[in-house]
Amino acid sequence: MKSRLAPIWPPIVVGVLFMALWEGMVRLLDVKEFLLPKPSSIVQAVGDQWTPLRIAGWETGKTAVVGLLIGVIAGALLALVVSRFGWLRGSVTPLAVALNATPIIALAPIFNAWFGITDFRSNAAVVIVVVFFPVFINTGKGLSEVEPNQIELMRSLAASETTVLRMVRIPNALPFFLTSLRLAAPLSVIAAIVAEYFGGPQNRLGPFITQNASFSRYANAWAAIVVASAIGLALFAASALVEKLAMPWKRPESITA
Amino acid sequence: MKMSDSAIVATGIGKTFNGNTDNAVVALDGIDLTVEPGEFVSLIGPSGCGKSTMLRVFGDLISPTEGTVEVFGKSAAQARLDRDYGMAFQKAGLFDWRKVSANIELPLELAGWSKDRRSYRSAEMLSLVKLQEFADHYPWQLSGGMQQRVAIARALSFEPKLLLMDEPFGALDEMTREHMQVELLRIYEQLGTTVVFVTHSIPEAAFLSDRVVVLSPRPGRIHSIIDVDLGKRDENTRESAEFFAMTTEVREALRSVEAMS
Repeated sequence: MKSRLAPIWPPIVVGVLFMALWEGMVRLLDVKEFLLPKPSSIVQAVGDQWTPLRIAGWETGKTAVVGLLIGVIAGALLALVVSRFGWLRGSVTPLAVALNATPIIALAPIFNAWFGITDFRSNAAVVIVVVFFPVFINTGKGLSEVEPNQIELMRSLAASETTVLRMVRIPNALPFFLTSLRLAAPLSVIAAIVAEYFGGPQNRLGPFITQNASFSRYANAWAAIVVASAIGLALFAASALVEKLAMPWKRPESITA
Repeated sequence: MKMSDSAIVATGIGKTFNGNTDNAVVALDGIDLTVEPGEFVSLIGPSGCGKSTMLRVFGDLISPTEGTVEVFGKSAAQARLDRDYGMAFQKAGLFDWRKVSANIELPLELAGWSKDRRSYRSAEMLSLVKLQEFADHYPWQLSGGMQQRVAIARALSFEPKLLLMDEPFGALDEMTREHMQVELLRIYEQLGTTVVFVTHSIPEAAFLSDRVVVLSPRPGRIHSIIDVDLGKRDENTRESAEFFAMTTEVREALRSVEAMS
């Protein structure tokens, strides 16, 4: 089978051109390093700060992954429970949609009070809550938005509600769930870092960025952002891979970023 | 109650949606219809005449507000639990995540057939609908007509006594539709099942049916029942004088329905 993904070189070419333009403009216009460092300075900072960055990236990555897994599992499980009991669907789902529209990240200082200002659980809790809602809402949609004829067919074959859930609703929800996973994966890294701005252990990317920025070491801050992007991309790639493996039946062109 | 040998005995069927409200809609009123085993009966009528509702009442997917439905001498509910019904709809409604063979085997899985028996039967059904080489394809890899053939194979895989079809060829282009009609008749004759077929196509009803039930809308009532006898049908039948006479008769009935409303 031919590769399902689009050719990889066009974004790379554009990315390299963008970097070159950035480097050229900063040099040409003599932009101050504290406003916008050159890509070459950032690359150098990544090298210089590699040991603290590696540790911080690893720790922040762990927070993101732990929060992502718990949030995703909780979101999917609650969606299952709600879809099985109609009376919950009318009450819980609109509430979740409303909560999803609130800036959950604002909860970070509250979680610091709950779990302790230096506890990593304060950060993970933010990730869990941020990830939970898109997964819950999308999975719930997939469980309920089944073709009415398919439900009628199952009923005409004397299938029970549990059988319909297992044989129709859950497989129908799988693409919705996996799409939400692909959205949630990079979101988990954003949530982890923003939560770290407010508290949690110090050897993380969040504090690394704020501390270096406060000492005007902007190239170092940018270097941490590069590491954070790499983690986000890795999680995104992993979830896209899961999506591809879990749905061998999908038509190829429907898998796109 | 006297046990009936008929496939369907519907007596005094009425169905009101949103009863006791201002939006109450009488979908069906005073429907009496008997379908004999092995018969091919079409339901035709303008939109809103309740033909799809009637099909669902027969299949125990909608319960009537009045009247009774007896299917092979049992209640419709019992017939459904006994898996006497095969169903096909306008949308093929195949399950994306199942290969073609697994889609056909779905009713057999529900009925608890063994893996070997299931694969044997799905292979048989695939050759019946002439899709042998597509067993391992996924639904999206098939054209609309092929998907509909798989849906029919699925509906018939467990040899249901009664096949209920709701405009199954409604979404197909004219030529595919005519091929599918011939295919359906061939399969129907081979398996000797009973068919209730909802359509809004006059030639389709005339071509396929032993009897055409013409319905009038608001509330849905039986306007007339037209007996059709075109004998053995093939592509040439469509150009015959007898076929033209039958479509004219069905058309006249539908026109008088329109004139009434």
